[in-house]
Amino acid sequence: MTPDQILEQCRDLSSQPLGAVAERWKATHPGGRVVAAYPVWAPAEIIHAAGMLPLALLGGGTSVELTHADARFQSFVCSVAKSSLELGFQGIVKGVDGFVFSNICDVARNLSSIWKRNFPDAFIDYLHLPQNSTSPGVPIYAANELRRLATAFEQAFGLNVTEPALAKSIEIYNALRARLRALYAFRIAEPQKLSTPELYVALRAATCVPPEEAIGWLDALLAGLPLRDARPRDRLRVVVEGAFCEQPPLGLLEVLEEAGCYVVEDDLLLGWRWFTSDVATDGDPFDRLGAAYVNQAVPSSTRHEGREHRSTGLIEKVRRSKAQAVIFTPAKFCEPALFDYVLMKQGLERAGIPHMIVEFEEKMWTFERTRNEIETFVESMLFD
Amino acid sequence: MAAPVTERQYQGKVHEHSRRLMSDWMGRLSRAEAEGQPTGAIMISGNCVEILLACHVLPMFPEVTALQNAIRHKSLPLILKAEQAGYSSDNCAYVKADIGLFLDGGMGPGKPMPFPTITVCNYVGCNVYVKWFEHLADLSGSKLFMLDVPFARTAGEPTQADVQYVVGQLKELIALCEGITGKKFDIDYLREILAHSARAEEGYARSKALCKAHPAPFDAYFDAINMMGPINVLRGTKEAAEFFDVAVAEFEELVAQKLGPLSEERFRMVVEGPPPYPYYRNFRNLFAKWGAVGVASTYSMVGGIWEWGFRHDPRRPLESIAEQMLRENLTNRSITSRYQQIKRYVEEWEADALVIHSIKSCRLFSAGQGDMRDYFTRELGVLTLLVESDLEDPRYYAEAQLRNRIDAFFEALEHKKVVRAAERQGAGAPALEATR
Repeated sequence: MTPDQILEQCRDLSSQPLGAVAERWKATHPGGRVVAAYPVWAPAEIIHAAGMLPLALLGGGTSVELTHADARFQSFVCSVAKSSLELGFQGIVKGVDGFVFSNICDVARNLSSIWKRNFPDAFIDYLHLPQNSTSPGVPIYAANELRRLATAFEQAFGLNVTEPALAKSIEIYNALRARLRALYAFRIAEPQKLSTPELYVALRAATCVPPEEAIGWLDALLAGLPLRDARPRDRLRVVVEGAFCEQPPLGLLEVLEEAGCYVVEDDLLLGWRWFTSDVATDGDPFDRLGAAYVNQAVPSSTRHEGREHRSTGLIEKVRRSKAQAVIFTPAKFCEPALFDYVLMKQGLERAGIPHMIVEFEEKMWTFERTRNEIETFVESMLFD
Repeated sequence: MAAPVTERQYQGKVHEHSRRLMSDWMGRLSRAEAEGQPTGAIMISGNCVEILLACHVLPMFPEVTALQNAIRHKSLPLILKAEQAGYSSDNCAYVKADIGLFLDGGMGPGKPMPFPTITVCNYVGCNVYVKWFEHLADLSGSKLFMLDVPFARTAGEPTQADVQYVVGQLKELIALCEGITGKKFDIDYLREILAHSARAEEGYARSKALCKAHPAPFDAYFDAINMMGPINVLRGTKEAAEFFDVAVAEFEELVAQKLGPLSEERFRMVVEGPPPYPYYRNFRNLFAKWGAVGVASTYSMVGGIWEWGFRHDPRRPLESIAEQMLRENLTNRSITSRYQQIKRYVEEWEADALVIHSIKSCRLFSAGQGDMRDYFTRELGVLTLLVESDLEDPRYYAEAQLRNRIDAFFEALEHKKVVRAAERQGAGAPALEATR
C-alpha cells in the first residue's frame, strides 16, 4: 500500500466510535475484553499482557452533542472530561469493558469516580502515578501500583498477567514506540513529506488496534514516506505544546500548517509515546515498567520532574527538532497546560525562543481567527 | 407573618481567641527573616505541619495568605498582576493571588511575607498544589520537596505499603530540615507535638458534634473559619489544644442555653464547597435572612476529617501522620466518597437541605458537583441547591443571581415545611402569607 492509502485507512479507523472499534475486535476474539485508558499515560502493556485490547478514551471530539454530561460537570470544566462521560451516557463506548484513569488533573480524578457511580457495571481503576521523581522508594511504589492494576484485572475479568507475558508485551510496545519515534524523526528531517494531520491520524489509528497490527502498517508507512515527492517550503518550524490530553480538531492542525508552519514536534497523544527509550525487559517486568515511568518518561505537564526546570524539556525539544518557535495550544480550562505555560514561556524567553499561545476546544469548528493569529506570527518571524 | 431573623451578634471568646492566635503566628512569620527563623511553605489539606514544628521550621500557608487577602478585598489587584504575567483567567485564583503578591512586592526578602526557606508540597489529591509549589519554589529559589501521597483509590486503605511509602518520604523531609536548621530531630518532641494535635482534633470534633443540637451553637460553615486556623495552621501547638478547650466549653454552654448564631434557626443546612471569601459577609447574609444555619460542612474538614474518630497517635508518630495524609482528609478522597460524608451529615445532623457552593478556582472540590446534586436530589430525595461563584476572585460573584436562586430555594423549602406541618395536623395548607 502507498502512504496515501495507509493514511486514508488510518483516517477512517481513527474516526470510528470507540465502542465500534471494541466490538469489531471482539468479533474476531470471542470472549475478549477491551480496556480504554483516559489520557495521558496508562500501562497499555499490562492490559495487553492480560490478553485484552488496550484503547484510548479521548473524548467525543466533534461527534457528540452533550445532553447528559453537562448536567454533571460545570461550564468551567474542560470538554474532554464532559464528552468522554457523554460517550458513556449515549452508549457509544458499549463494548468497552473497563476504563483506567489516573491523577493527571483534578477533573480526571473526579471523572473517574463519577463514571463509576453512573456506570456501576463497568470496570474502573484509578492509578495514582507518583509525582515525586527522586525519592528512593518511588520506583518501587510505581511498580507496586502496576501490580495492583494487574491484580484488579484478574479479579474483574479472571485474566492473569504473568511476568513472561508482561515482558513480551513490553517488547511489543517498545517496537511500536520505536516506529512512532521514527515517524517523528522523519517529520523533523522532512516535514514536507509528512504533515502533522497525517502523523496525527497514523498515531491515533495506532491506539485503535492491537500493537502488532499497528507495527505492520507503520513499517509500510516508514518505508513509503521517503519516496514521496514534496518540495520544502519556506515555512516556520514550530513545536506545538499543550495538547497532551484533550484532542485538537484536525482542522486546527491543518490550519497551523496552512498558515505557514511546519510542526516538527508536538505532545499529541503523548502517553502512547511515553518513554524516551526502550523499557528494559530483563528482570521483573513490573519493576522495569515502574522504574521506566519514573526515569524514562518524556517531559509532561501531568508529571512533576524534580530533576529539571519545567521549561528544560521543551527547550530541548526545540533544539533537537531545529524549531524556530513554540506554539502553545492548551485546551480551554486545562489547568496543567495553562499553569505550565507561564514557567515554560519564561524559560523560552530566557533562551530567546519566540512563542505564541492559541487555546482550543475539541469542538472548535471555525479557525479563521486562529489562522490570522498564526499567519501574523509566522510573518513576523519570517520577515523579521 | 414570621418575625425577621436577626443575627445574635455573637462575637464570643472563640472568635477573639482565634484572631489573637492567628495574629501571633502572622507576627512571627513577618519577623522570621530578621530573626533567622527558617520557614516552610506547606498546604492546608492533609498537611504534616507537625513535622515542620518538630524540625523547628515555622510553617507558612500560601492558601491562608490568599484567603486573607480575599476577605480583606485585596485579591483582585493581585490576581490581575498574575494574569498580566501570563496566568490564565481559568487558573486557580488562589495561586494567582499568591503569585500576584510576589509580583506586587508583598512577598520576598524584606517584605511583609517572607520567602519560604523550604517548600514542602504535600500532594494530597490536589494537582494544583503541585503546580502552585513548583511556581513558588521557582520564584523564591527555595528547595522544593514533593511529598507524594497515594490517593485513596481502593477499599481497605491505607495499605501498609502506602503508609511506609509516605513514612519514607517523611524521613527524607526530616533529614532535609535538619540540614536547613542545623538542629537534630527529636522523635520525643514530635510525640509531644502530636499529643497536642490529638487534643485539638478531639476538641474540634466535639465542637462540630455539638452542632447536632437544635439550634446549633454556631454556624458550622461560616463560623467554623474561626476554628480552621487553629486546627490546620496551629495544630500541634499547646495554644491550639487549649483553644479548643475554650471553644468546647463555650459551645456546650450555648447548647445548654439553646442559643444559636441567629435569633431563630429555621433551616438546618449542610454546606459543600469553600465560601466566597471576597464576599463572605454578603454571602452569609443571603442565608441568615432565611434563618438558615450551616450545621455541618465539608470545607471545614478540608484539612483533616476528625469527626469520624481519627486522631494523631504519639505512639506511632510517623505512621499516624502518614495515615492522616493518606486517608483522613477531604482532598485525598474521591468526590463520591464525599457524597457519603455529606449523607452522614444530612442524616446525623438532621439537616433540611444541602447547599453546594461551586467554585471555579478549585476543580478538585467542584468538578462534577452536578453529579453530586443528581445523587442527593434523585437518589436520596434531599433538597439541594447548587450556586456558583469563586473563593478568591470577586469577578465571579454575582450577588443578584445568587440572591434570586437562594431566595427561590428557601421559599420553596419554607412552603414544603408549612405544607408538611399542616398535613401532620390534618388540615389543609395554610395561606402563603404565613410562609413569610
